[in-house]
Amino acid sequence: MLDDFFIRALLAGIGLAVLAGPLGCLIVWRRMAYFGDTMAHAALLGVALGFLLEINLTLGVFLVATGVALSLLLLQREDALSTDALLGILSHSTLALGLVLLALMHWVRIDLMAYLFGDILSVSRADLAVVAGVLVLVLALLAWFWRSLLAATVDEDLARAEGMAPKRARVLLMLVLAMVIAIAMKIVGILLITSLLIIPAATARRFAASPEQMAVMASIAGMLGVAAGLFGSLRFDTPSGPSIVVAALLLFLASRVLGSLFGRAFSGKEGDAS
Amino acid sequence: MTITNPAGNNTFSATRPDTGRAAVTKPGREILAECRHAGVYRDGRWLVQNVDIAVSRGEIVTLVGPNGSGKSTIAKMVLGIVKPDKGDVWKRPGMRIGYVPQRLVVDATLPLTVRRLMNLTGRHDTGDVTMALEATGISHLADVAVQHLSGGEFQRTLIARAILGKPDLLVLDEPVQGVDFSGEVALYELIRDVRDATNCGVLLISHDLHLVMADSDHVICVNGHVCCQGTPRAVAGNPEFVRLFGARAADTLAVYQHHHDHSHLPDGSVRHGDGSTSFDLHQHGPHCDHDDDTGGGDAG
Repeated sequence: MLDDFFIRALLAGIGLAVLAGPLGCLIVWRRMAYFGDTMAHAALLGVALGFLLEINLTLGVFLVATGVALSLLLLQREDALSTDALLGILSHSTLALGLVLLALMHWVRIDLMAYLFGDILSVSRADLAVVAGVLVLVLALLAWFWRSLLAATVDEDLARAEGMAPKRARVLLMLVLAMVIAIAMKIVGILLITSLLIIPAATARRFAASPEQMAVMASIAGMLGVAAGLFGSLRFDTPSGPSIVVAALLLFLASRVLGSLFGRAFSGKEGDAS
Repeated sequence: MTITNPAGNNTFSATRPDTGRAAVTKPGREILAECRHAGVYRDGRWLVQNVDIAVSRGEIVTLVGPNGSGKSTIAKMVLGIVKPDKGDVWKRPGMRIGYVPQRLVVDATLPLTVRRLMNLTGRHDTGDVTMALEATGISHLADVAVQHLSGGEFQRTLIARAILGKPDLLVLDEPVQGVDFSGEVALYELIRDVRDATNCGVLLISHDLHLVMADSDHVICVNGHVCCQGTPRAVAGNPEFVRLFGARAADTLAVYQHHHDHSHLPDGSVRHGDGSTSFDLHQHGPHCDHDDDTGGGDAG
């Protein structure tokens, strides 16, 4: 069954969506969407360096995304530029750097679109194994550090004062995010990874009464989006990444309509998800 | 929440390193946290400098001072959130700490009920949670999203959360902001009751001088550094305190007068009685006993 490229893509996508649920919630709660986007854009530089140094591309993406995240943490300490401006610089310059580097390597012939927007045909058995490994590892890490992550999300000072380690939580979150970006590249593509993190979390917000509920609901919303998107991609011959994002968006809009219809029955007066 | 009085709480602190010149060390007190000549430097200026304070078990220490005087910075230094750039801070190892920060905003995207917030940094027994919420008068709000609480209700939630873990040290940064007057009185009484029952140390930052003074064991008046400290009565009579808070605040308690030989300028420097200025880190006595004879240097 795993010989079928579509089944492989579906399994990889569902694995990704399971992770994207809790991780996307943390990113939404912590207002890190642009940060995630920056790390994702750096992935193309990882691809280019992977080709250049002849190392595994997934590993290359993970390393570069981690590197960008850590250098951002260091730059933030300088306080000379706002985080917003720093993200703007890193986000687009790493993407541009990756594109230029790939163009300079004449001997490398790749389909750039596949990396930017995902390509369901390219998910191999080895990729699937990596997804499975990352799935288990990331879920274990998130479960283990969940209280610490959540406390740091609510208030870093409070978490530190009461004996948690918010800095460690932040570094962990970055490493986990880099891993998820590395496996998400082939499925949704570099430019669209963040949407798979944000949209399902936003969909879940209105229906969730606790952080944990929201994480689980976001995973479910993500899985539905991935499945619908991949079927659509196959049916209409559209690139897999945009198809998944469109499906997730439709789900989000449907949840808003449902939310308005049943309104206060779910989570009360305000329904704000961003 | 069951509040028990731990036996043998007056143990001497054998683990505390020798501090040389500590400001409020009293024999027989078990010190929980202490700053020694500590200062925090940010963006080209000292937020606070030369801070000598200590909080002992069973003691309510209150920090008063105008806006921007560094009260919150001192609290964060005591908690280990901010590292001192000068001097040092000692905190009893393995202490349980309850903290109410001055400002806490829960993002609207985070679904968080009062009950869930209570278990944020540790899991607690449901009965204990209910009792802590009852103690602060908000048990009926247990299942409400924290974003839907009024300012006063949210402060009550934060206080309940802080006392829930039966902390050794409670650090409360303007805990009753937004609470109505009768509520304030009740909450300060609650804080005192918690101290009486658990013998915890309390570091309290407050603007409600007249309410806080009565229950405080030790008051520290801060304005970039420790201006004066001592019993509420002694501090209320201190001219620097009177200058910062006005005569009415001081009138609530008896007054004794002495003059200052120097004043503090906005940039953190010190103007001396003879008109010269410097950045020296001078020492203030426990009751700010400056020499009287040089007097008249105060320029506000």
